Amino acid sequence: MIRKVRTHPSQNEALLFECSSPGKRAWQLPELDVPAVDAAEALGAANVRGEIPGFPEVSEVEAIRHFTRLSSWNYSIDHGMYPLGSCTMKYNPRINEVVARMEGLAWAHPYQPESLAQGAMEVMARLESALAEITGMDAVTLQPAAGAQGELTGILLIRALLEKRGNPRRRILIPDSAHGTNPASAAIAGYTVENVKSTDAGVLDLEALARAADGDVAALMVTNPNTLGVFEANIAQAAEILHAKGAMLYMDGANMNALVGIARPGDFGVDVMHLNLHKTFSTPHGGGGPGAGPVAVKKALEPYLPTPRLKRVRGKWAWDFKRARSIGRVRAFYGNFGVTVRALAYILAHGGPGLRNATVDAVLNAVYIRKRLEPFFDLPYPSPNMHEVVFSDDRQAKLGVRTGDIAKRLIDYGFHPYTVSFPMIVHGALMIEPTETESKLELDLFIDAMISIAKEVETDPELVKHAPHSTRTSRVDEVAAARKPVLRWKPA
Amino acid sequence: MLDACGAASAEDLFAHLPDAVRLRRPLDLEPGISEYEIADYFRARAGENADGYASFLGAGVYRHYRPVLVDAVVSRGEFLTSYTPYQAEISQGTLTAIFEFQTLICQLTGMDVANASMYDGSTAVPEAAMMAARITGRHRVLAARSVHPEYREALRTYARHQGMPVEEFDYAKDSGAFDLDDLERKIDGETAAVIVQSPNFFGVIDDVGAAAEIAHARGALLIMVFTEAVSLGILAPPAGADIVAGELQSFAISPSYGGPYAGIIATRDQFVRQMPGRLVGQTVDTRGNRAFCLTLSTREQHIRREKATSNICTNQALIALMATVFMTVYGKEGLRELALQNVAKARYLAGKLQTVFTGKCFNEFVVRTGDPESINKALLKKKIVGGLPLGRFYPELADSMLICATEMTRRADMDALSDALRPRLAAEEMA
Ligand SMILES: Cc1ncc(COP(=O)(O)O)c(C=O)c1O
Repeated sequence: MIRKVRTHPSQNEALLFECSSPGKRAWQLPELDVPAVDAAEALGAANVRGEIPGFPEVSEVEAIRHFTRLSSWNYSIDHGMYPLGSCTMKYNPRINEVVARMEGLAWAHPYQPESLAQGAMEVMARLESALAEITGMDAVTLQPAAGAQGELTGILLIRALLEKRGNPRRRILIPDSAHGTNPASAAIAGYTVENVKSTDAGVLDLEALARAADGDVAALMVTNPNTLGVFEANIAQAAEILHAKGAMLYMDGANMNALVGIARPGDFGVDVMHLNLHKTFSTPHGGGGPGAGPVAVKKALEPYLPTPRLKRVRGKWAWDFKRARSIGRVRAFYGNFGVTVRALAYILAHGGPGLRNATVDAVLNAVYIRKRLEPFFDLPYPSPNMHEVVFSDDRQAKLGVRTGDIAKRLIDYGFHPYTVSFPMIVHGALMIEPTETESKLELDLFIDAMISIAKEVETDPELVKHAPHSTRTSRVDEVAAARKPVLRWKPA
Repeated sequence: MLDACGAASAEDLFAHLPDAVRLRRPLDLEPGISEYEIADYFRARAGENADGYASFLGAGVYRHYRPVLVDAVVSRGEFLTSYTPYQAEISQGTLTAIFEFQTLICQLTGMDVANASMYDGSTAVPEAAMMAARITGRHRVLAARSVHPEYREALRTYARHQGMPVEEFDYAKDSGAFDLDDLERKIDGETAAVIVQSPNFFGVIDDVGAAAEIAHARGALLIMVFTEAVSLGILAPPAGADIVAGELQSFAISPSYGGPYAGIIATRDQFVRQMPGRLVGQTVDTRGNRAFCLTLSTREQHIRREKATSNICTNQALIALMATVFMTVYGKEGLRELALQNVAKARYLAGKLQTVFTGKCFNEFVVRTGDPESINKALLKKKIVGGLPLGRFYPELADSMLICATEMTRRADMDALSDALRPRLAAEEMA
């Protein structure tokens, strides 16, 4: 039944510090072409440190083997399907890595004169305008470093506009299905978070919204499609309710992979939103980052965008630092430019029609998984889904097997698990997002694996509960790790 | 597949969307292009930037050699194309490397624990300030004016709506080090943290220990910021710092027009539960083998939501891996040698120019040139990108620029710079 993987040898490797021996080195430096200095004399004796205790000493061969062996213990998109819901794990084209490393881009210093940074600024301007077209918004900033910082930026923009109108208000409404960064970001912007319950269908409850949205509410933060993968069909009405009360609509654009080329937030009442270039626009996750979280706004919010802004002066790009109403910077320099380059490369490769095709394929893949797995897993919210589908472990939990166990068993079949236990409104969630990357062949292997596991839960639940069985590291004791934290290596 | 989905066409998949929200025209973007054309497009853009210039820019972003091993490692799909290592059993590669990273940062900074990672140095500063406010239950923060100006701007943006007044204390006009008297005057019983940078924005090595004493005497924490990580190869780790907030760009991370870089926060054991960002811990698997996993996540947004220690989720993991490989390549002896080469180059260049401050420097320093903007324009004709004119951030230093030399700065270029500046400097002296 397990068709995708077999076990194969994987090498042991100690920690760097345990592989070190005195005097080994992987470094080279050219001869100094200026007089050498005496450290104590140049820096002041008290400022000079001794040897760094424990710092590594390995040869070049040992260094490359060390990291290569570690790498062999990872699963990745390059290995196969990585169906983490909400994370949009799609293929990362290698041309994007090549262009981001081109000397004139990779070695551009953020303070080099504008006359010698026109290429970098043009790349940023072109991406800004492409994202504005894709989202239907009026202006875009590329400064935020990731989705969460985009959220903070967006809420600060809303706050600034409301302040200008006389009252920044105190509350932000957030549906109970939202990602944890939404409330965390609202709190940093100085707002109190109020949860709004979703309807039984898992979508925005317009009546609850109308009750909650009083003159003290600054905004509603909504993810669309929401974290169930369901399109918020009442989004335009929600915007009307909010706007009538002088409040705004913030959209978490983490799920734009369901909408690009199909529908634009700017056309359904959204005032401000962020995008995750490391999801929708294929920049690699790199084991947790870097990403980029551009923020797109309607005209009314444009004056408040972080400084600096790109502007055109006599046919050249320039940075505009003098923006009286700006919320200020959210970080140094102009954003994660290297990520910008990769995202633009992705957009150029696809073009308009290609982007839309990717959306269609992403939704088709998710709907296909839903249809094939529906007989085997509980689907608590049966509304039509878009780019992802969320099952619950209700049926399997009755036999003592939880979503986390099923996820671990999936590893034995050669797949990375789906997202476990999110969104919180689903009890024991299995959140599956295939993206457009996967072929029918890979999807069928995945579906077969899920069906096979569902049967194992009935016939041999212990097998599932103790998975994975095929990995070099068996189930990891996370409770022990938190109880007595060991957060660094120390010599024995 | 459409059949299995019960759809007659792809369009059916979107039939449940209200008509009013649908985009009924193609996106107004050019058609897609091939790999070859993409490379061509970006090559043309790269050519419009400063290719082939000698550069003396530093100011938080440094030109250091990137050992080729770094890209060899981070280009591996196993690292490049994996997600945050939530599933420990198939993420031991990333988890082990992060554990090593945390250890390396502790060794380098002399701290007990380090996270992996913050977006960059500039956002590590407000995160550290918010952490100090949680620990002390106080709200005011006091930052040295010699902390990177853009870091202080980010700090103000984050602090504004948290009831966290940010005030600043000055630097000494002769040494360029921070002004301890001004710090004494401004610190009070409401101060949560004193924030200093060393080497500071002017390149001057500051007496962090002295600032820590003043901070601790008033019950405040000391946050030490660094932008030039290579300096830690030779400079003593910050004495008395409670939190270190730094930028690792110097560790094999290309300048890339401002990002992506990687920030860190390191601190003492006792503060770990107030720390933002991801942490990897050591544990065992069911067979008793050493294993690693993400830990102490009850601090984080996915569990604690609005009560989390930070909103950070996606971080800079791959960049932290670059820094890990860099530290591995240079190691104990190499990092020291590298740091010393930086000192030697900067000393050579500073010796030929008129420096403004008397404080000891690592690899950058302030030079009074008079009208730095027009000097830089003239230098561009000689294929030299000069230093950073300081007037934008420090009006009182409008006649000066910040100049940096690293191991990559060639003597011939330094000679060319000093030759170009010398007639100007002579003219200034006569006037
Ligand atoms: C729905 C949703 N919102 C927000 C975020 C936060 O984005 P980031 O991790 O880029 O900060 C994520 C992803 O992690 C997400 O899935």
